[in-house]
Order: sequence, then C-alpha cells, then structure tokens
Amino acid sequence: MYENRLLGFAYVSPFVVGLLVFTAFPFVGSFLLSFTDYNLIDPPAWIGAENYAFMFERDRVFWKSLSVTLLYVGMTVPLKLAFALYIAQILNFRLRGINLFRTAYYVPSILGGSVAVAVLWRYMFADYGVVNLILGAVGLDPVPWFGHPGWALFTITLLRLWQFGSAMVIFLAALQNVPSSLYEAAMIDGATKWQAFTRITVPLITPVIFFNFVMQLVQAFQEFNGPYIITGGGPLKATYLLPLYIYDSAFRDFDMGYGSALAWVLFAIIMVLTLIAFATSRYWVFYAGDKRV
Amino acid sequence: MRHAHLASLSAEARAEMRRTERRFLASAAVRYAILIACGFAMIYPLLWLIGASFKTNHEIFTEIGFIPGSPTVEGYIEGWKTSTEYTFTRFFANTFMILIPKVIATAFSSVLVAYGFARFDFPGKRILFAILIGTLLLPNVVTRIPQYLLFRELGWLDSFLPLWVPQMFAVDAFFVFMLIQFLRGIPRDMEEAAMIDGCKPFQVLLYIVIPILKPAIISVCLFQFMWSMNDFLGPLIYISSVAKYPVALALKMSISVTESFEWNRILSMTVLALVPSLVVFFLAQKYFIEGIATTGLKG
Repeated sequence: MYENRLLGFAYVSPFVVGLLVFTAFPFVGSFLLSFTDYNLIDPPAWIGAENYAFMFERDRVFWKSLSVTLLYVGMTVPLKLAFALYIAQILNFRLRGINLFRTAYYVPSILGGSVAVAVLWRYMFADYGVVNLILGAVGLDPVPWFGHPGWALFTITLLRLWQFGSAMVIFLAALQNVPSSLYEAAMIDGATKWQAFTRITVPLITPVIFFNFVMQLVQAFQEFNGPYIITGGGPLKATYLLPLYIYDSAFRDFDMGYGSALAWVLFAIIMVLTLIAFATSRYWVFYAGDKRV
Repeated sequence: MRHAHLASLSAEARAEMRRTERRFLASAAVRYAILIACGFAMIYPLLWLIGASFKTNHEIFTEIGFIPGSPTVEGYIEGWKTSTEYTFTRFFANTFMILIPKVIATAFSSVLVAYGFARFDFPGKRILFAILIGTLLLPNVVTRIPQYLLFRELGWLDSFLPLWVPQMFAVDAFFVFMLIQFLRGIPRDMEEAAMIDGCKPFQVLLYIVIPILKPAIISVCLFQFMWSMNDFLGPLIYISSVAKYPVALALKMSISVTESFEWNRILSMTVLALVPSLVVFFLAQKYFIEGIATTGLKG
C-alpha cells in the first residue's frame, strides 16, 4: 500500500531541501570560511590555516575563553545531572502531591533559556540585589556575585543548575520503570539503600544517564544567553564563554573567517567528547535484555 | 501450647509491621522536608520577581520579602512605555508575528516528513534517517555564520524571514523524530483499511494519521512556542531595527542603558515577558511532561 517510492520521497523532500540549504551548505561553508579572511566588504581571501595558527599561538583571549568554557561545562553538567537524579530519586516514592512538586521543579527549565530569566538573575544577584539582602539579614557579608571573576562563573552556573527540571523529568520516568521486585529481593538479601541504589538503580537507568549527559554536554558548550545578558562576559573575561567570543568575532567585529574558525574549534571539542561518550558507552551503558547486566 | 505460639508469632509480625510503618513515615517526612526546601528555593526567584514588580524602587533595594508593602503598578505603566518611541504593545505584536507562522510551519513540515519516514519505503531512506539523527546532535553554532551570509545575500536581514523560512523545511530534527517515534507505535490497520476503500495516501494522512497524531502535534507546537519565546540569538543576529524587535530584544535593550536604575520597570516587563510561556505551560502541562518523558526531548 505504501509502495509508491516516489511519493515517499516527495513527503520527505522538504527535509532534504532544508538539510541541503540550511544545514549541509552552511556546515561545509563555515569550514571553508575558517580558512579565509572575510569582513563582508572585501571578497573572502584564502589565507590557509592562518586563523588557526593565530588562535593557537597568539590569541590569549581564545585560551582564556576556552579554559572558562571547559570550567563552566565541567561544573554545570555533573552538578546538574547529580542534582536532577537526586531529586528524581526522592520524588520516586508513594507521596501525596508528587505532581505538584514535579511541576514546581519543571517550571524553571521551561522558562530557563529566556532573556527574562537572565534579566531576573542579573537583578537578584546584583550588589544591592535580594540575594545579598538575604545574606545581610542572616549576618553574612555581601558577595560580589558578578564583580569578582571567581564568583561570576559560579553565578552563571547557578542559573543553569536552577533548570535541572527537564533532566529530572527524564530520570523520574526511568526510575518509575525499575521493577520494585528487584528492590524487594535486594532488601531480603540484606542490601543497604546505598547498595540498592548503586547496584540496581544506576545500572538500570544508564541509558537515560547517557542520554542526559550527552544532551547537557552539547547544550552547555553552547551557552550564550546567560553570560551575554548577565555579565557580558566579564569581569576580566571570567564568563567569556566561546559562544560569546564567536558572536563578537562574527557579528560585532564582522570577522567571519575567524568566527568560523572559532566555531569549528568549539564544534570539534563537542564532537570529540560526544564520540568518546559513545565509544565508551558499551562499557557502562546497559540496555534491557543485555546479558552483561 | 500451639495457640500461644501462634499468638506470639502474630505479635511479632504486628511489631514488624509497626516498624515498617514507622520507617515509611520517617522516610516520607525526610523526603517532604527536602522537597519543600528545594521547591521553595526553585520558586522563590519567580515569587520575588512578581512581588518586586509591584514594589517601589526604594523597597526593592531594601526589603527581602516578596509581598510589596505599598503595591503600585507604576513600574508596569512606565515600563510599558519604554524610553523609545515604541511601547511594549509593538514588541509583543512582533513576538507573536514571529512566533505564530513559525509554529504553524514547523507543525506542517514535521508532519509531512515524519509521515514519509514512518510509512514509506524509498531509496536512500536509511541514510537520510541516519542523517536526521545526526543533525539532532549537530551544534547550531557551526552553521550559524554561513546561514547569516545566505540570508544576507537574499536580502532578508532585518526581516522575519530568516526566522520563518527554515521552519518550512523541517529543520528541527527533534520534532520530526518525535513524530516518527509516535507514528511507529501506531498500527497501520486503519490506514490499510482506508486504502482498500480507495483513499489516496494524502487523504489517509489528512483523515486518519493527523487525527491520531493530534496529541503529538500539540506537543510539537507547544515546544516550538516555548523555544521561540525563549529564542534570543536568532532575533539578535537578524533583526536590527527597534520597530521590529521582539520582547526578548526589547528587554535586553532596556537593561543596557537609560532605564537601568528603574528596576521596577524592568522587572515588571520581565514578568510580562514570562506570562505567555507560563500560561501556555499551565494550560497544557500534561503534554509537556509526557512529551519530554516519553521522547526524551530537551527542555
């Protein structure tokens, strides 16, 4: 009945066109651009690997931005996943009002990426903002949330931690699928709660941990709105994540070639880490029906 | 003798039951305590925001609580006017001008493509599907600059076209993937029956597949609505004249310059910027949480 091959292709043709025009062409294009000097006025000039050479050898802003990015991702992803799993584990219980809590935790992640929430953060954590007022009320000194390089990145991280809801909902769905008979059997054998968690829960939800990990990783490397609106990358470039540097290079300085080169370096880092995650997944991700469990 | 033995056993069992009960209650109490403490921390920023938007500037700087001492809507009235020649009426209108065509285009193109993938066999299907999955993980950052150059060549800068047109081509693989997963779970019996009765595939799509897909299509529209409401980088790159600013850009503009000391104006507009998303979320909560839990979509 669905044997008309041409018709099938007709249905997916919008995707094929979109793929070629809005994904494949720009993908190849940015790679080529990264070997050029292009300022939108003069035609692109081929300069070989000059952009990359400058980036790695002389551009101190790049190294600063890269180290800040890695630090940010290294803080955000594990903290967010651990927190999401912890709360999901608590919610996975016969409690009244679970749905209410689930909603309360989920709302921030729905609003999270928006400019409005970044603006809210900027005012809450300002020098005279409500967070410092609360600290003052309990007798603590005000914290320079954005004024000090050490704190600023942490404040940005807090904004993303606040949005652990979507990862939590995915964890919760997985936890609810773990058969309770396994826990009962473990309790009869005298297992502690921690043993049950590490030996039963974690192995059974590794596919979801893997999924959340990769998604959060790819997202964290592309963080833009938070630092752009809250700190503008400062102070002293302490929150100048690579996406901000790419934006500034390409759309403020109109240095399309260098912006593309930066984008490709960021892309390469994301790709390599994702591939490592996939390659190692067969050692630590277990799927249902898998004999190694 | 035997009776006494049984009695003591059941006494022991009762004691054991009581212990289990107590453990359950203690555990429940701890869980509630943690959940309430964390929940409060999660919701507090939003409560504070709403409260502060009705406060005077002086009170925002000095009071911790979220209930305003002498509520005022001055922030809303002044904030709505902005320091530009436009009001937020214009910025909200722009936001919906961007959003509505985008959501409709996404729904249409994703349904067509998902139907093609889930039901038809055609040459190159496996490779195309693999590419579709691959683009799920492709970071946007790597395609953004050439896309900008493309739209610049076409003369589409400072218009809504760069934000609308890609959606007509199912560029968000997430939505296509979500619909394919949903369609795969549906038996083809009804479609086959309709075809035997002489329906063409397009009629089948229109009268059978789309009605069945309805909840999934609603999820697609809701997610696209939220993501587009939150989208900042797209308008930032493509839209340059204030007359065409959506709310996101207008908010960013208001914090950067003149009004930056008028906190209550900015916070009032921040509340309003969040209202559409919050309303849609609470009206359609179940689609979100089910959508995200069953397909593992990003939030």
